Amino acid sequence: MTATAPSTRSTSTTTALTGQPAPAPRVRGALDYALVLGVLVVGAALPFVMTTSQMAIANRVLIFAIMGVGWNVMAGFGGMFSFGHAAYFGIGAYATAYTVVTLGLSPWVGLLIGMVLAAAAGVGISYLALRYKLTGAYYTMSTFAFAEALRLFVQGSEPLRRTVGFSVPVQQGSSFAGFQFPAGSPWYWWIGVVLLAICLLVTILFVHSRPGRFTLAVRDDDVAAAALGIDVLRHKLVAVAISAAITSVAGMFYVQYYMFVDPSIAFGAHTSNDAIITAVVGGTGTVWGPVVGAVIMAPLSDLVAGFLRNPPPALDWLAGQSGLDIIVYAVILILVVTLLPKGIVGTIAARRRKQ
Amino acid sequence: MPEPMLELTGVRSGYHGLEILHGVDLTVGVAEVVALVGANGAGKSTTLKSAVGEIKLQGGSVTYRGERVGHGRSHELARRGLMLVPEHRALFGSLTVEENLAMGSRARLGRPGFDKEWVLDLFPILRERRTQLAETMSGGQQQMLAIARALMGAPELLLLDEPSTGLSPKLTADVFGAVEAIRERGVSILIVEQNASHVLEFADRAYVMESGSVVLDGTGAELVADARVKAAYLGG
Repeated sequence: MTATAPSTRSTSTTTALTGQPAPAPRVRGALDYALVLGVLVVGAALPFVMTTSQMAIANRVLIFAIMGVGWNVMAGFGGMFSFGHAAYFGIGAYATAYTVVTLGLSPWVGLLIGMVLAAAAGVGISYLALRYKLTGAYYTMSTFAFAEALRLFVQGSEPLRRTVGFSVPVQQGSSFAGFQFPAGSPWYWWIGVVLLAICLLVTILFVHSRPGRFTLAVRDDDVAAAALGIDVLRHKLVAVAISAAITSVAGMFYVQYYMFVDPSIAFGAHTSNDAIITAVVGGTGTVWGPVVGAVIMAPLSDLVAGFLRNPPPALDWLAGQSGLDIIVYAVILILVVTLLPKGIVGTIAARRRKQ
Repeated sequence: MPEPMLELTGVRSGYHGLEILHGVDLTVGVAEVVALVGANGAGKSTTLKSAVGEIKLQGGSVTYRGERVGHGRSHELARRGLMLVPEHRALFGSLTVEENLAMGSRARLGRPGFDKEWVLDLFPILRERRTQLAETMSGGQQQMLAIARALMGAPELLLLDEPSTGLSPKLTADVFGAVEAIRERGVSILIVEQNASHVLEFADRAYVMESGSVVLDGTGAELVADARVKAAYLGG
């Protein structure tokens, strides 16, 4: 074949045609990095202007946001719709609880163990599913089945305390190593914000990296990606590993904040729902969608729970009724999918592109 | 006949246990342009997907440069120079033109490839739209980008699946003009088309498929002159 040699990339600081100075290289995702910094700054200040009860909701926002960010890497950027992210949340939560309660080690060790286990479990189950061409709804069902299987496994496991779950023993005073602070301490929030910022940074770095761009290509069209020499399975598994590891961080934070976990909290379908709806409302396939979604959905979830605990007199028949939160979620999901199919951030980004 | 690059021998394949191809034999030689024509549903695209290992064979074999092609290893084939431009463009819509082209370079793996400027000269509109998202381009522009992206991967054998689908006559002519230019650079081409009149004019050889089998083959000129081909595909 008579192909020419590949062109070499110019390292000159002037353009070849005009001799004018070349524009400074653009940092990919510069706005995203700046926004992460903004999250840290706002996060640092928030405990000084919010009440203790408001901070409790804010901590819930963090858990939703980290879960949503994790789910989004796999579904939004990787194109694999998961209905079983409770599995990775649960692995993170149980790894932390077991490490702290049974092994007597720091929850930070549990965090690392949880991340590794969650990534390994995600890669293992996804390898089997994708290797045998389970795609679309079938893949989604396999993720749901995996989370349910884990829930049943934990419920029957003596070392994991069956249905009773783990209560993290309370320590006296504050301890960063033990990730325990007095009730109402802003340290939970500050540490959580840093964890969220790290998860966002990992996402941004991934999306703008070479493997990340290949993953987006695989999401857009896996046949075309394979036809260009991209190893589809490998890039999907990379996305799954990152997604699962991030989601496990939310599990760890949950355990340390609420100091309790049981199989239904950790592996229940509602946990997967929370991750999905957070990202869908905010905008899947966008870095900031899950954060925006969490800011809306977590307070709403709290509002509905409060409403059910203490409804107005005309609606007192709703008191103690379970399931209203699911109905509210469903209505929101239908509205978002119908009116804003790209989610809030996705719609804004699409409008900006059109302009 | 030139040295064979791609050989399909008695290929039987299909989807979900249903056999679509019933023993297809097909060869593409070095620096040869081979056309595969036939009506919608004849099995042309299935043949291409079988050739790159996208579909598991139920029988027969596919070899590329003498080595057997395995199922699900199309990314490895691409790195060895066999590249498919799937039907309906199959672009990465969320990436820009520039990024789509960069994806194409992925398959090159150190092999000498086409100069990017030559590729952009072939499709000047892409140079103007380097920063545009692929999903926002017109059908014709997307088709050009799909071919340009494959060229960036230094193909030695290019499989084009229905490159003129949905294009105006003017854009179809542009795309076929580009295919001619690619051929002149020594790239072998296997092109699948419903638009038989166009493709038979410049193909070295061609195969006609019906209901999952090759029913005719010969040089492009022979098939253009064949009464059956004329009646079925060239408007009498």
